[in-house]
Amino acid sequence: MEFTCLSEGKGFYFPPCYILDICGFRVLFDCPMDLSSLTMFLPVPTDSFSMCNGEINSRSCQKSLDLESNVYKRRKIDKPLDESSLIRAEPRYKIIKNLLLWNVSFIDVVLISSPMGILGLPFLTRSKDFSAKVYATEVAARIGQLMMEDLVTMHKEFRQVYGPEGSGSPQWMKWEELELLPSELKEIALGKDGTELAGWMPLYSAADVKDCMQKIQTLKYAEEAFYNGTLIIKAFASGLEIGTCNWSIICPKGSIAYLSSSVFSSATAMCFDYNALQRSDVILYTDFTPCNASSISNDDDNGSATADPNQSVDTVNWEAIADDYQEMEKLDFICSCSMNSVKAGGSVLIPVGRVGIILQLLERIALCLESQNLKVPIYIVSSVAEELMAFTNVIPEWLSKQRQDRLYSGQPLFNHMELLNDKRLQLFPAIHSLKLLTNWQEPCIVFCPHWSLRLGPVVHLLRRWCRDENSILVMEEGVDASLALLPFRPMKMKVLQCSFLSGIQLQYSRPLLKTLQPRHVLFPEKLRQHIDPPKNLFSSSYYSEDETLNVPYLKENSELDIAGDLASRLHYTTLKQGNINIARLKGELAIEQGKYRLLLGTEQDVSSQIRPVVHLGRINLDTLLTELRKIALNITVEETTSADGLYKASLVHVLEPNKATIEITEAQTLISTADKNLSCQISEAISCILDCF
Amino acid sequence: MAIECLVLGAGQEVGKSCVVVTINDKKIMFDCGMHMGYLDHRRYPDFSLISKSGDFNNSLTCIVVTHFHLDHIGALPYFTEVCGYNGPIYMTYPTKALAPLMLEDYRKVMVDRRGEEEQFSYEQILECMKKVTAVDLKQTVQVDKDLQIRAYYAGHVLGAAMFYARVGDVAIVYTGDYNMTPDRHLGAAQIDKLQLDLVITESTYATTYRDSKYAREREFLKAVHKCVAGGGKVLIPTFALGRAQELCMLLDDYWERMNLKVPIYFSAGLTVQANMYYKMLINWTSQKVKDTYATRNAFDFKHVCSFDRSLINAPGPCVLFATPGMISGGFSLEVFKQWAPYEGNLVTLPGYCVAGTVGHRLMSAKTPAHINIDQDTQIDMRCQIHQLSFSPHTDAKGILDLVKFLSPKHVILVHGEKPKMATLKEKMQSEMGIQCFDPANNETVSIPSTHYVKAVASDALLQSSLSPNLKFLRKCSERGSDFGGLDARTKPRLKVFDDRMAEGILMVQRNQNIEAVHQNEVVAMLGLESHEIKFANCCPVYIANSETRNVVLSQSTVDKSFWLRLLFEKLSSKFPETSIQDCGERLQIESFSVSVCSKEICPHRTTANLQCMPETMYFCCTWSTADEKLAWEIISVIKSLSLRDK
Repeated sequence: MEFTCLSEGKGFYFPPCYILDICGFRVLFDCPMDLSSLTMFLPVPTDSFSMCNGEINSRSCQKSLDLESNVYKRRKIDKPLDESSLIRAEPRYKIIKNLLLWNVSFIDVVLISSPMGILGLPFLTRSKDFSAKVYATEVAARIGQLMMEDLVTMHKEFRQVYGPEGSGSPQWMKWEELELLPSELKEIALGKDGTELAGWMPLYSAADVKDCMQKIQTLKYAEEAFYNGTLIIKAFASGLEIGTCNWSIICPKGSIAYLSSSVFSSATAMCFDYNALQRSDVILYTDFTPCNASSISNDDDNGSATADPNQSVDTVNWEAIADDYQEMEKLDFICSCSMNSVKAGGSVLIPVGRVGIILQLLERIALCLESQNLKVPIYIVSSVAEELMAFTNVIPEWLSKQRQDRLYSGQPLFNHMELLNDKRLQLFPAIHSLKLLTNWQEPCIVFCPHWSLRLGPVVHLLRRWCRDENSILVMEEGVDASLALLPFRPMKMKVLQCSFLSGIQLQYSRPLLKTLQPRHVLFPEKLRQHIDPPKNLFSSSYYSEDETLNVPYLKENSELDIAGDLASRLHYTTLKQGNINIARLKGELAIEQGKYRLLLGTEQDVSSQIRPVVHLGRINLDTLLTELRKIALNITVEETTSADGLYKASLVHVLEPNKATIEITEAQTLISTADKNLSCQISEAISCILDCF
Repeated sequence: MAIECLVLGAGQEVGKSCVVVTINDKKIMFDCGMHMGYLDHRRYPDFSLISKSGDFNNSLTCIVVTHFHLDHIGALPYFTEVCGYNGPIYMTYPTKALAPLMLEDYRKVMVDRRGEEEQFSYEQILECMKKVTAVDLKQTVQVDKDLQIRAYYAGHVLGAAMFYARVGDVAIVYTGDYNMTPDRHLGAAQIDKLQLDLVITESTYATTYRDSKYAREREFLKAVHKCVAGGGKVLIPTFALGRAQELCMLLDDYWERMNLKVPIYFSAGLTVQANMYYKMLINWTSQKVKDTYATRNAFDFKHVCSFDRSLINAPGPCVLFATPGMISGGFSLEVFKQWAPYEGNLVTLPGYCVAGTVGHRLMSAKTPAHINIDQDTQIDMRCQIHQLSFSPHTDAKGILDLVKFLSPKHVILVHGEKPKMATLKEKMQSEMGIQCFDPANNETVSIPSTHYVKAVASDALLQSSLSPNLKFLRKCSERGSDFGGLDARTKPRLKVFDDRMAEGILMVQRNQNIEAVHQNEVVAMLGLESHEIKFANCCPVYIANSETRNVVLSQSTVDKSFWLRLLFEKLSSKFPETSIQDCGERLQIESFSVSVCSKEICPHRTTANLQCMPETMYFCCTWSTADEKLAWEIISVIKSLSLRDK
């Protein structure tokens, strides 16, 4: 069993990516893409925005100008970043470069654990060599599909501005251009080690997305999927988002749990089903949350969870973990800031990509507006808004207990259906849709994509409001805010950056692993200092990006189930040396439901006894003679050497009832006779005194 | 090991479905229904048969409820709240959501309208539902270490499921009620191919074979349309859930197409509220309904309004949905009493009515008739009666299809009428050779179960078994029989076996794991040396022909090979499917080796006295134990080398 970390990812929107080689099958975990690197491009240009005016049309002039004045360019590298530093081109999208090193046709299974983990999949599935089976939960697949479709729609705006991309790589990907990039952007373009340029891909098309979706087999939580009869694959709720999951893989050699970023109790998603992962042989611990958290400076505003490893406790009442309590406080804070803004006449812009957060904020903001008697409209601007809203109200099976209780009491799962009916919430497919133009009112509260602030309705709205000091922009931490906001400077608009819980908090990981009782755990090397695994309970090893780790199977042998009716019909013999019974196997071997099974074949005549072919032991001449006399043979014995004279042999001549000779040496007995029956009798007699099967 | 099935209800009847299945130590109760036709103790299953002491928590592992109809869930609040069962209960999400509505509706009918003593209170219904764990389709639920259950889509009503249960190697399916054809709002039953010891299936329509339901739907719409066109009132008594939604979709659609303005009423808030649930649970409906939810939810009915009691005798035509379905009391009975005496009105009846209900009496009545509502009341019925002939139950073909697909080792029929069940049982046994039972209530059926011997297999064995080990076997009986005839086509003359396990050895040692290993591994494992047994025979062939005799006598190598070639040809035609290797000096077939023997004295020659005869030549053969049978066949070919007529 081999485990390779292709990418450690970067938080919620860019989950890690792995390949596991198990029982001869290659399993790819997630296929995300790094959308945060979009920030190195200029946002989609708009005519209304003064800074971009004229520049688009004179693009070619600009380029020639650039080429001529190297001096200008030098300056570009050295000077502090400003809007002009960003790449003015149709963006490309960065997938995991290590994945490109693998032959796509060698991947057997792809497991998608979150909607974010699906975003890079069309890059793989559009290759004609792709033949893997893709598994994802129904909801992760659906939400992922909506996100991809939305991405394709948003990207179209670039096409409209820049025109179709020519063949060959774009100007900015040429080395001489890359050399001139400011160091911050160069690192995004080439990666820290300068090897990531190959990962930039032109975006897939709507047809690619459709084709990709057709290759996915969707699962319910805890549904058993059998791959090739050998692997039993099951998805269990991870609590991170609606539809996200951890994976359990059982093969004849043992069980493996893929523990991704998980949240104990979520206000919207079904909570983390850790019980199902109990007693796995190996846990692949792929939650990088503590690393991501430590790299971010904690802002006092948002009360982001500080993980103190010293606080680690060993026993935790899981039911009592109130992950969502702190989250509620954050949401309340966003609500109160939003209320202040709208009261001052400003608008609220929330380009957050988490479905769970959007749904909760919708409800809370609507409540706040109602309680403060504010008649401010809420808008969602997205090509998939309508579908997403309808979809989230028909999936009670995937939601938290509180939401399910609403089903049982006959209430809608989320309040947004009611808000829609009252027109307090309105959905617009795009910023330029007629419906939006005729209904638009300010101040307003807008949810829209995309969190990278480079494409989608957010760009237009940000340009509209960035000089309005009463308006507020809600951003997530983890995005490089200074870079993201660069094109919108000077920002007068308020910016609220907050981090939402997106994984297992460090103080819980140790007690969690104790509860799970694995035999071996694979941790990220980066967590080595943070996690102190209880060594007496399980062994552990550490992995780093771009490194293959050999994980021994924990079972040496596989289990074989032999059908009772078959087992009872086998011909057993007891060995001479003691209490071992031995039988030659028959029947049909099947691999089903992750188990080897030997079944009574339909065609075979199992009861027919074939001759044993393997004999063990040595022949005692006297015993043999006794046996031969028992079956009434008339015999004489002669000691001799073998035909080639190399070793001693005993020669038994049978005279009656027919002629035969038996040559016996240490390792071989040779029966020579023309009488079929006699030869049979003799070999049976010999079998009697040897162990045979 | 055996599976014990105690049928507490729906044995040779319809009503109070309840089967308790014991597998190893696990006891699972499937459904916990009540009988609508009885008001005394017979309405509930006889729970005392599970545990005399009433200690149900220790005797039952769990309860599984297939769907929200009262004959499947009606006794559940009684069992949990009155009898005190506290253990786990499983049902699908829609069943958990909708069951309280059904139970409460029933309780109200019993207490408020019929004035009976209540069996359980509303609070008790809610208490009972709190103990329920909801499951999704195909979700594999680990009830405890050994018991696993899983729900499969059953059609029938929203949330109806068949349940698979597995304990160790023993697996069964309890179907509940199901429908094998999709209807207006639900899909057809769907299940995986499973290895099953037992299937317990409903058999409501054990002998009915139905054609397409569209004609029947048209009939229903025509009858309703005719009635309202003539100014009449249509009473559609239904369960609040399921049938009501299906018919409503049908009517709503028809009203739209025909541009009708006649009001369609739902009697109680119940059905309106039920539509709310249907909207959220749209993923449990048919694909067609699911596909359109984003634009318009199919359960937003356009032409439906809610009903007010004062409208009962309002003038003008209308269509009214009222509960309960079998007119056993409640609002549907109340309206029936008012509307039945008028010729212009129409009452529809569900496909199945339990004996003892007014609905059941109407089924056999011819208009006009006098109908006894209860001991004191008789009404003069003049209205039209239309019996709905489309039903959410599978027909006999569906049952047989399902059983054929699952091909279990045994079948138990429940939820049907005794004579019809007997017919179906007969059919199943004769056509499919599956043993079938139709126990009566309170009978126990015991069924043997499969079990597997657990062994540990070595990698070497599994590796060797990965590659096929094909064996070809010619069926002697067919040899030479009519070529190209029907027989030859149906019965292949050549049989192919894949005997991958032939080199596998099972080792059973006391107090140790049973091991399955490759034969080559055994020698080392036991610390013994192997001993080979070989056979030899120097086989004389008499040559009568004088020409060939000379050839024999010359005994040159060329001639030796001549004889071998001759033998080769013979053997090739005799054993066309075995590969014969020609190694020059000798022929090799598996371990059998043959060469022409020119020795004066061969140790393998037992027919010693022949050697002096010049017209005899010798084929020296050796082989090992594995090919003993083949060897003697070859020798007989060698002997028959009638060199005479060469």
